[in-house]
Amino acid sequence: MSGLIDFLTDSANWSGTDGIPTRLLEHVQLSGVSILIALAPAILLGLYIGHTRRFEFIVSIVALGRALPSFAVMAFFFPMQLRFGWGFTPWAAVIAMVLLAIPPILTNTYVGVRDVDADTLEAARGMGMSERDVLRKIELPLAVPLAIAGLRTAAVQVVATMTLAALIAGGGLGRYIVDGSALGSNSESGVAKLLAGAVLVALLAIVVDGFLGIVERLASPRTTSRGRRRVPEEHLDVLPAPDLTAS
Amino acid sequence: MINELFRWDWFFDHLPDIWELTLEHLRLTAIAVVIGFAISFPLGVLAYRHRRTYGPITAVTGILYTIPSLALFMMLGPVTGTLSVTTAEIGLVSYTLLIIIRNTVAGFRGVPEDVKEAARGMGYTARQSLWKVELPLAVPAIVAGVRIATVTTIGLVTVTSLIGHGGLGIYILQGLSRLDSTLTLTGAVLSMFLAVSADRILVIVERRSTPWAQTRARAS
Amino acid sequence: MADVMISLKNVSKRFEGTSGAAVEDLSLDISKGETVVLVGPSGCGKTTTMKMINRLVEPTSGSITVDGTDVLHQDPVQLRRGIGYVIQSIGLMPHRNIADNIGMVPRLIGWDNARIKERINELVEIFQLETEMLSRYPSELSGGQRQRVGVARALAADPPVMLMDEPFAAVDPIVRERLQDQFLEIQARLRKTIVFVTHDIDEAVKLADRIAILNVGGVIEQYATPEEILREPANDFVRSFVGRERGLKRLALIKVADIETELGPLVAPQVPTSRAIAEMDGYGLDWVSIVDDGELLGWIDRATAERSTTVDPAEARPFSAYVTAESSLREALEAIATSRTQVAVVVTKGQRYRGILTLERISKEIIS
Repeated sequence: MSGLIDFLTDSANWSGTDGIPTRLLEHVQLSGVSILIALAPAILLGLYIGHTRRFEFIVSIVALGRALPSFAVMAFFFPMQLRFGWGFTPWAAVIAMVLLAIPPILTNTYVGVRDVDADTLEAARGMGMSERDVLRKIELPLAVPLAIAGLRTAAVQVVATMTLAALIAGGGLGRYIVDGSALGSNSESGVAKLLAGAVLVALLAIVVDGFLGIVERLASPRTTSRGRRRVPEEHLDVLPAPDLTAS
Repeated sequence: MINELFRWDWFFDHLPDIWELTLEHLRLTAIAVVIGFAISFPLGVLAYRHRRTYGPITAVTGILYTIPSLALFMMLGPVTGTLSVTTAEIGLVSYTLLIIIRNTVAGFRGVPEDVKEAARGMGYTARQSLWKVELPLAVPAIVAGVRIATVTTIGLVTVTSLIGHGGLGIYILQGLSRLDSTLTLTGAVLSMFLAVSADRILVIVERRSTPWAQTRARAS
Repeated sequence: MADVMISLKNVSKRFEGTSGAAVEDLSLDISKGETVVLVGPSGCGKTTTMKMINRLVEPTSGSITVDGTDVLHQDPVQLRRGIGYVIQSIGLMPHRNIADNIGMVPRLIGWDNARIKERINELVEIFQLETEMLSRYPSELSGGQRQRVGVARALAADPPVMLMDEPFAAVDPIVRERLQDQFLEIQARLRKTIVFVTHDIDEAVKLADRIAILNVGGVIEQYATPEEILREPANDFVRSFVGRERGLKRLALIKVADIETELGPLVAPQVPTSRAIAEMDGYGLDWVSIVDDGELLGWIDRATAERSTTVDPAEARPFSAYVTAESSLREALEAIATSRTQVAVVVTKGQRYRGILTLERISKEIIS
């Protein structure tokens, strides 16, 4: 423990290419890029499938992603990356993270659109709204909180799992974990480094979770004069677990 | 670097090893889920019965859930022995807790108020109502939690290859270090297959244990 | 009141965090075998009052006895097992089939399986449920069926007291009426002591032996038979709650047998038509009933009588609407309004002629 505090307070660890600010920034960048890449296809597909109720099997297939170990995805793409001459870059890890992030965002967006009250929709169409209006003015705003809840789950998972990038010589906070453990459990400085990596990643995940929690609340439409509708805390898990093989 | 995507001859030559590692993979998963459930279910019931404990319980297990698996396995090494199964299991179990607890609580909270009131009005004690009325109705959500936990654990087991376990994850790690996609694919595809199969089996378990829900599904 | 079964004395209930009392100093005695309906606007504490009897709500002060025993010093769980309880949303156990749902309380109090099975069969007969329904789950039943199962379940252990919280509010009007009729039939046989909560004054009038009309804050504005409440509302609150058509509603409660009928114009068959015409003139009407030794054959009008010399029963036309002694005056009024003869003919079983009811006779009842 004292080693950990020493590590975190040592000014030498706060500068340079292996310094905490650099690694933190790398970690945030890699995670951010992965999430951004995942966002567009996940949301668009979720909206489309939820609105049209067509190709619902895609949701089930995407749910298979939960069963796909990120570690394996990265291990699979890394040799390819070398073959394409991309060298020792974290791209294989980013691909793994994109695949990790898509399922929760897509599923939540889809469920958010699908579960919009049927009476509300009928009333909207009855008032003469076009399908486009229905999607834009009714389904989208009502689905946004749930989609952001999915984004939140995805972001936390990606931040925590991005540490794997260090295994393929990528940067980020995983570096401390991999390098620290490489020094062995007998090395006091190695253990300190490892712990520092773990603590920093956990802190980052908690900050991201908290931040997106606030965004989620702000994005929720006001349905009472006193406050906003909140996505129930356990909403995401209440969803029946994805049926991995059902089509 | 080996250029071929998948060498079937390697695969067939190593079938006995693959089988061994598959069993190992299942063993690591089963132990983690069983222990995880044994810890989570009582905590979930506690968090449901005593609302005030829900916050602390999910906060602690939430932090465990946030620690990167890679770091957790490596951190536990010096404490419980770098290569011991305990190290792997502690890590795997700690990831199942939040999932199962949250689903257990959600399952209980989802029991309709009128059913609970009717039970109370008929003279069920709080305990009888909990075990005979609320629990059976919470089963689908609890099983859903176990399903998510199982699928997640099967994936995480591959990461324990870094501390000398890993079941099929060992092939993934070897594939990564030797840049051999045959090994990676063997590990990845088979562990995914395990995850899907385990999920299917749990779905069947859930259907068997909730016949009333099935008739409704048929009726609608 | 003789044989008081349930007695509430100076009962009050304040819920934490609310200013006013939900129920304030309420006293109410309910006799054995009586159906008492608590009725009032929302927020009047009728449900709270009822739930204090089986202690789903604990009173803040006052005393409650059931069959002479102070319920507040009884184990609430044991207490509830001895009191039937039906709620609006029914609360059938979705994971138990119908037989198991009905057998819940008997099982709780330790009946053996044979006895439970026998009791379930009895209830199936009483409630006219289909036997094949027993193995099904609640989600496979219609709303009306579920409601009947809910009441059957409450009666399973044959409790002397039943509490019913808006049990028929969630079904459609046609089913509701059928359930109410069945309720009355079964209650006539079983004579349970029933506390029934509703917000529907018509349901209260139909089902109650006595009605307690509650105002906001659990104040009893009037506690009397439906007939009394309709005839003499205690105050403006009751008057407005009972609503318009008070007279008509009251007619529904009075049976034809309860009032005197007029004999009406009648002749025997085969008598000279002059007698028939004389009867018509006597009542100022244009028709006469043909009654053969007490049996009503029909009626003929003046034109028919004038065409022949004797009254021919073959020419008798049937009355379009009869009422019986068991009919209500409201039904009699309906018969008068729709009949060509402007009167309701009263018969007893087997077409035995009893007399006629006219509009004037009935309006006398409304005014009185």
